[in-house]
Amino acid sequence: MIHFDHVTFCYPEATQPVLRDVDLRIQEGELCLVVGPTGSGKTTLLQLVDGLAPHFTGGLLQGTVTVAGRDTRENPPRALADLVGIVAQDPVAGFVTDTVEEELVYGMEQLATPAAVMRKRLEEVIDLLGLGPLRGRALARLSAGEQQRVALGAVMTNHPRVLLLDEPTSALDPPAAEEVLAAITRLVDDIGLTVLLAEHRLERVAQYADSTIQVGLDGSVSHGPTRDQLGGSLLAPPVVELGALLGWSPIPLSVRDARRRAAPLRRRLQEVRPTQAPIPPREVLLCAREVQVQYGNVTALAAVDLALHAGEVVVLMGRNGAGKSSLLWALQGSGHRSAGSVSIRLPAGVTAPRKADRRKTRADGLTEVDPAALRPERARRHVALVPQNPSDLLYLDTVRAECADSDRLADSTPGTTAAIVQTLAPGVALSQHPRDLSEGQRLALVLAIQLAAAPGILLLDEPTRGLDYEAKRRLAGLISAHAASGGTVLLSSHDVEFAARIADRVVVLADGEVIVDGPAVDVLTSSPSFSPQVAKVLRPLRLLTVDAVRRAMTERE
Amino acid sequence: MPDGVARHRPLHPVAWWVWAIGLAVATTRTGSPLAIALIVSAVVVVVFWCRDDSPWARAFEVYLLFGVGIVVIRVAFYVLVGVKSGDQTLLALPRIELPEWTGGISLLGPVSVTGLLGAAFSGFQLAALVVCVGAANALANPKRVLRSLPVSLHQLGTSVVIAVTLAPQLMGSWLRVRRAQQLRGGRGRGARAVLATTLPVLQDALDQALVLAASMDSRGYARFRRGGGSRAMLPLVLTALLGIALGTYGLLDGTFPLSLGVAAFTIGAGAAAAASLAASHQLRHTRFRPDRWRTTENLVAGAGLCVTVLVAVTANLSPAFAPRQVTVGFSLTDGLDAAGAPSTWLVAILCALIAAAPALLVGRLPR
Repeated sequence: MIHFDHVTFCYPEATQPVLRDVDLRIQEGELCLVVGPTGSGKTTLLQLVDGLAPHFTGGLLQGTVTVAGRDTRENPPRALADLVGIVAQDPVAGFVTDTVEEELVYGMEQLATPAAVMRKRLEEVIDLLGLGPLRGRALARLSAGEQQRVALGAVMTNHPRVLLLDEPTSALDPPAAEEVLAAITRLVDDIGLTVLLAEHRLERVAQYADSTIQVGLDGSVSHGPTRDQLGGSLLAPPVVELGALLGWSPIPLSVRDARRRAAPLRRRLQEVRPTQAPIPPREVLLCAREVQVQYGNVTALAAVDLALHAGEVVVLMGRNGAGKSSLLWALQGSGHRSAGSVSIRLPAGVTAPRKADRRKTRADGLTEVDPAALRPERARRHVALVPQNPSDLLYLDTVRAECADSDRLADSTPGTTAAIVQTLAPGVALSQHPRDLSEGQRLALVLAIQLAAAPGILLLDEPTRGLDYEAKRRLAGLISAHAASGGTVLLSSHDVEFAARIADRVVVLADGEVIVDGPAVDVLTSSPSFSPQVAKVLRPLRLLTVDAVRRAMTERE
Repeated sequence: MPDGVARHRPLHPVAWWVWAIGLAVATTRTGSPLAIALIVSAVVVVVFWCRDDSPWARAFEVYLLFGVGIVVIRVAFYVLVGVKSGDQTLLALPRIELPEWTGGISLLGPVSVTGLLGAAFSGFQLAALVVCVGAANALANPKRVLRSLPVSLHQLGTSVVIAVTLAPQLMGSWLRVRRAQQLRGGRGRGARAVLATTLPVLQDALDQALVLAASMDSRGYARFRRGGGSRAMLPLVLTALLGIALGTYGLLDGTFPLSLGVAAFTIGAGAAAAASLAASHQLRHTRFRPDRWRTTENLVAGAGLCVTVLVAVTANLSPAFAPRQVTVGFSLTDGLDAAGAPSTWLVAILCALIAAAPALLVGRLPR
């Protein structure tokens, strides 16, 4: 169905080709996973199939790409529209019309489909993806998961034979992601669609994939059965890692496979009670009481209580729109807060702020202050927030200039920020433009800028979005180090596996209220949609990660 | 389409445009401030009554403010550099002669009542045009207008869709970036701060525009049929451009003979239609729910055209109602016959009533 013949692709003004001498044969009806670190050519590979690269992006294409016998060199994307459908990373940016129904028929209108056929196909797609209740709604008012399903439906109405999906679940909460993936697998099974799916979080999709394409940073590409491709790879989901640890063969790809193999392991580890060190009483660095956030008629947060302790990593979870971002912004002090109080403890020796009326001096002589009462440049020295879109903070044209500016604003010694960048993302060159960095590198730069002022409390809004396993590992290292040095970290994430790795405590928000606040082990083993794969495999054992299993096994011996 | 379903049917967008353009032309064909004021009020009533809650509908207030701004600026310019004549001095400001090389411009000078009113009126006339266009924009979804355009204008279509989609987003991302940059520490004021927020916002907008264009392209927007193309295209397009430019000038400038303007406009529009038909032959697409042109559309568009004709005819019959150069002098009662003849009053009121008729015809939208 899709043929790549000695394809090398180089973006304009790039020194290195992003894909080098690629040969691929993808059969009809195959669900093929595209994996690789951020900054490798995953998206480019998808765009080559659609003709967007090079017709839209520019660049030099050597070799030939054919889809169902049509050469993309002669066929621009619009000429392939009846054959190939592509859903980009951010579906909202690709919406052309205003309502669900208009969006679903847009592609068919462009292909001059007769009205009677349009009506029939529209109903089919609505049934296939369960869009019935949404059909008259405005696109802007849908939830992220619904938007993603509409974007999928909008390309499906053209009856493409090839579907290209670029990280379709990266912005979704676990239930919404499941919903979208279920829709995709149904399309593959029912219609025999050929699907190329680029994804970072393999734990969700590995089990459905017939084959996997690995794209390397050097532009090399390998293609093979998923089991072989993931077996020895650094990019493996936890079940694969668990299988490798225990020497299972064949390697399990789904929780179901692993659970059937794991019965002996569960028995073996039954007696091992994870030794829970008694938590020493720790100082409260931030205390929020009855925080409310109201936007017009919409209540984003209703009376949330939260305390953050020194040395603690807290993960905030919940559906899209549950109020996670609102809470982080309100805690930082620069966000909107309708009612309630937030106080942070200032380190000893810090001079009191000017607005003395909001300050309380506690019995032990330490000062508590509302971060909203501080000027922004003072507040960030105590509470730092990295927003969902980190590049909003960047505006200079080189990494070096950003670092120098950051040192100046934070009054830290020159070179501080650059040094943090180097530990977080060793590959970053100071002369690069921040826009040219990969997702993970850009996050590292913004984190470094925020950490240059040495804040005690670090708030991160969905930092794991778009990060590969390696970048997540580095981020986890940084977060643990920050907590170990006496700070505290609160981060929001949809990534259950990441939460399992770093969280001491998990707080779940729903509709602006805290519904659960407890130790990570308790929260993450209690419900299936917020459980990591290892916990699902080993239930009822209270183990969250492969590392925890490894530790338990050594303890046993 | 099942017709029994009680689905709200939006009016054909072209009907709104015809109505608004009809009123806009009417405001330029009269010198009566009362008539213009009444027509503008009718427009405002219709917009507030019939608009939905889409971003472009909510932008109507911006057009109103823009109109007020035009009047204010026009008056300010009159006071500052305008040619002062007429009696009834209101403010005896000193006249400051500028050096020879400025071409004899003088600053300030005695401000007269008639001069001030004249300046305000000419500003108001321009503001009325802006409000009429704003009304069309608020009432007709620009994306739907686009669907009614001939296929040959697809390049224009892409840019309009992108502009319409991104404009409201720009404001949102500007606020977001400003908020985010506060996190980095208080950024000073001045050029540096403006640059710091503008740069990421514009880059964001550019990225989004590219994604949207790519999405339209990959979904088959503007697929060409093989062959086609016509030699007559170039002369047709040139004729259309010339005719429409001359015609618009003729229609809007009150001192230009109306018949000549209409003739030039008709020829231009005809050529444009022919060129567009020729070009459309190369592209094919279909419509799922085509906008239908029914009785209501006829009535709404007719209301606008009716006002144009009424104003133009009255202006021809009654010199007081006709447009004129206002720099000479102006008083509030201008444009109305002497007390003995209330006919022009009646015409102005009748115009406003007809212009406001769509409010009754279309009714309030469910919100």
